[in-house]
Amino acid sequence: METTRKIEILVGIFIAAGFAALFMLAMQVSNLSSFQNTAGYQVTAQFDNIGGLKVRSPVTVSGVRVGRVTAIRYDPESFRAEVTMTLDAKHDYLPMDTIASIYTSGLLGEQYVALEPGAEMEVLKDGDRVEFTQSALVLEEMVSRLLNRLTTN
Amino acid sequence: MLDSLARLGRWGLGMFERLGRGHLFLLSMLGGLHVLVMRPRLVIREVYAVGVLSLLIIVVSGGFVGMVLGLQGYNTLVGFGAEQSLGTVVSLSLLRELGPVVTALLFAGRAGSALTAEIGLMKSTEQLSGMEMMAVDPMRRVVAPRFLAGFFSMPLLAIIFSAVGVMGGYFVGVGLLGVDAGAFWSQMQDSVDFNEDVMNGVIKSLVFGFVVTWIALFEGYDATPTSEGVSRATTRTVVHSSLAVLGLDFILTGLMFNKF
Repeated sequence: METTRKIEILVGIFIAAGFAALFMLAMQVSNLSSFQNTAGYQVTAQFDNIGGLKVRSPVTVSGVRVGRVTAIRYDPESFRAEVTMTLDAKHDYLPMDTIASIYTSGLLGEQYVALEPGAEMEVLKDGDRVEFTQSALVLEEMVSRLLNRLTTN
Repeated sequence: MLDSLARLGRWGLGMFERLGRGHLFLLSMLGGLHVLVMRPRLVIREVYAVGVLSLLIIVVSGGFVGMVLGLQGYNTLVGFGAEQSLGTVVSLSLLRELGPVVTALLFAGRAGSALTAEIGLMKSTEQLSGMEMMAVDPMRRVVAPRFLAGFFSMPLLAIIFSAVGVMGGYFVGVGLLGVDAGAFWSQMQDSVDFNEDVMNGVIKSLVFGFVVTWIALFEGYDATPTSEGVSRATTRTVVHSSLAVLGLDFILTGLMFNKF
């Protein structure tokens, strides 16, 4: 009887350790704590070139993350890339004339969407489109433009 | 000529027969699971033998695998000035691949072989026939609780392996090599998704637990009831379940992480 009890306690510790490890992975390692996809609203933006932007790339305002890119598709009517972003519901104060730009964090880091709030009174709501966008800077394009200018002068 | 053809045919028939026996075994084992609701004690005993006693090797190897990943990842990443991404490298490789796979391999070696030897010896010493004589179904009394215990212990062990591995990577990366602790965790959280990475690893380990326990129990139950037969069955358990784990891992990775 005594051994059974000991075994039961050890098994209990084992199972508890397993769930504690899962909890630690969920909270500390994965993004479960920092951002949920459920509570939020979606806005779209069209870019001429999205560079290396990917689904799940961050969306920031002044460097603070307010959401994530949730879908990227090519719009065959406007011949531009359409990026759908899911923004946190508590960041519902972005004006209609907000500017969306694609930047790179660091020289070789991942790309993200930076939102720059405009001045209009009306704010972005679910399903709205950000009209003012600035494409990703493609390194090859910049170098070729620079070379062009250097050679023509 | 005909003789060798006959040998080939016999070999093929024998293999299919074994395969069929294995699946019938699985069915009757799953059919015996429902009685365990009434007697959870039986399962707890087996969780102790299969899970708790495997904990030491899992924790130790998880820690060392994580530390090696930290060292190797750092050496590669520092060349690109991207040592901040060390947390991402360590956690993704552990959660997606190494956690479930290495745990399953160790589990096959530590717990699977023990299960096979135990059941094989029960068979060769005619304990199983003795139970049948007493109208106790050995599938329900002996096999089913061990199966359930293996199926549940494997994901728990894999999660513990991954968590300890991440701590090992943290210890080497941040403690010894001087990666910034904030960057280590925040880059990790940026790129690890709970459903995509953590849960897919858990699903993998559930599949591996199912397959490894099934193979181990079947080999024991199907062993030739001699000491040589039991030793052969134990070897086959380790070899077959390791191969099954590696093959299944490829298929599961293809299904989970690549959109064809």
